[in-house]
Amino acid sequence: MSKSLIHARGLTKKFGDFTAVNGIDFDVIKGESFGLLGPNGAGKSTAMRMIGATSQRTSGDLTILDKDPDKFGPQIRAHLGVVPQQDNLDTQLSVVENLYIYGRYFGLSRKFLKGKIEELLSFAQLEEKRNAKVESLSGGMKRRLTIARALVSEPEILMLDEPTTGLDPQARHILWDRLFRLKEDGVTLLITTHFMDEAEQLCDRLVVMDKGAIMAEGSPAQLIKDYSMKEVLELRFGSERNAHMADDLRQLCDRIEELPDRILMYTEDGEELLERVYKKGFHPKTSLVRRSSLEDVFLRLTGRTLID
Amino acid sequence: MIILTAVAIAEARMGKPGEKYYSGRSRVIMERAYITFKSSTWLIVISGFVEPVLFLLSFGYGLKDLVGDMTIAGQPVGYVAFIAPALLATSAMNGAIYDSTMNVFFKMNHDRVYHGMLATSLGPMDVALGEISWALLRGFSYALGFMAVVVPLGLVPSAWGILAIPAAVLIAFGFASFGMAVTSYMKSFQQLEVINIFLLPMFLFSGSFYPLSVFPEWLQTIIRLFPLAHAIDLVRGLTLGNVSWALLEHVAYFVVMIVIGLFFTTKRLNALFMR
Repeated sequence: MSKSLIHARGLTKKFGDFTAVNGIDFDVIKGESFGLLGPNGAGKSTAMRMIGATSQRTSGDLTILDKDPDKFGPQIRAHLGVVPQQDNLDTQLSVVENLYIYGRYFGLSRKFLKGKIEELLSFAQLEEKRNAKVESLSGGMKRRLTIARALVSEPEILMLDEPTTGLDPQARHILWDRLFRLKEDGVTLLITTHFMDEAEQLCDRLVVMDKGAIMAEGSPAQLIKDYSMKEVLELRFGSERNAHMADDLRQLCDRIEELPDRILMYTEDGEELLERVYKKGFHPKTSLVRRSSLEDVFLRLTGRTLID
Repeated sequence: MIILTAVAIAEARMGKPGEKYYSGRSRVIMERAYITFKSSTWLIVISGFVEPVLFLLSFGYGLKDLVGDMTIAGQPVGYVAFIAPALLATSAMNGAIYDSTMNVFFKMNHDRVYHGMLATSLGPMDVALGEISWALLRGFSYALGFMAVVVPLGLVPSAWGILAIPAAVLIAFGFASFGMAVTSYMKSFQQLEVINIFLLPMFLFSGSFYPLSVFPEWLQTIIRLFPLAHAIDLVRGLTLGNVSWALLEHVAYFVVMIVIGLFFTTKRLNALFMR
């Protein structure tokens, strides 16, 4: 079996009476890209902070590279590159200074950093912004700088908490491209996200989290296979009529989900199902056939959508 | 030369006392402070140096003929020489307070600079010590600068006066560690104003411009509960050469302040960032 870099069993975090993470089990294997998918408040960030050795677990077992974060915080953090959800770049410093001082925090030598910084500027496509202050960077540039900064210590594991939240589509694609390259270089990625497309793009394997617990685990394709059908037919009849229509449509397919704005019908062949809908005399205002996604897996598991 | 990796550097400290909280690298926090100093904060630093000199010129030379000589421990002392040590002590306080309150609050809450630092192999003790050391370095340079002005003016009659420089550093240390501890409990910029409520009266009533003996006994006792009165007595004792064991009481006051401040700062940083 491949080497497990992060190993969690019954991992639990409580804040007073509130249980943020409720006994989760998972392993992250060297070189893979592992995702925690779930809505806001599912406990993903709390789990990340425990793995990042900046938050003590309440109970359960957790080892990172065979070390207990409660005992070896600095040693574990030396292996990790952390990209937090909220940017915490040093706004008093320039781009280059941010990379330099972060390396110094790890105790790295000036000589090493000199070369490393050039490499990272090129990786993050920020060569032309080297002397710019952080404030003047766009959201996408700030994120790339945060990732570059996390790589300064050449970490084995890169942890990204909601890496593309708040970015425009183009900036997201640039970022994904950079993350693919890292994966090719053998860096293990641990990613939290509430975007199902991001999880599908980036993760080899993921766990679906809700309310502090893991609902399912597997590769994106496997999860879709296990918890959804191949295709989805989305129908809109107008907000008042959706609920009423759902009951009549139920006879046409195995599973139906009724959302406030639309009805989702799960099937192996969407076009064929749409034909049958029309034949039965139903006339939706709009219809759309698409492939099943992790969004559908989440809906199946929790009865809710990922983004409320 | 072998270039060490982040992991090797962190593992070299395994088994050392306090390794969870301290990585032995508070100097890199000072390095950061130095980089920001070079690019932006030097103006604030200069103003911290100029302020006591302005007070000295305005109050000292403005009032000296009106006030005449003072009598301290049976010796006549010129008014300017009387207030100069108080201004030195006060500027050590102000510099340390600025560094450890506004500056720290901003990094803690607005910029989240400490979150970034503590995600690395640094510990909270590195951060606390590094920030405080920087405040001390500043206190030291203020003291040095101020002495460079007042010694040539003949305002430091005693050779003991040279010890006013380390005394100013001790005072800065006390205020910096205590200020940082207090700041770490503050939740908004408005709450930070609480610190100013103490600072101005302390400056006005701690015997800067006239001896404490003008006040009734009970008020003197209250004033002596606060640190600046001890700071002024200590520095004044040294520059005027009134050296006695009593000065050690003032030193002890600041040592206690430092210990309490460091204890709560580290505890609080741990609670805030390592929950």
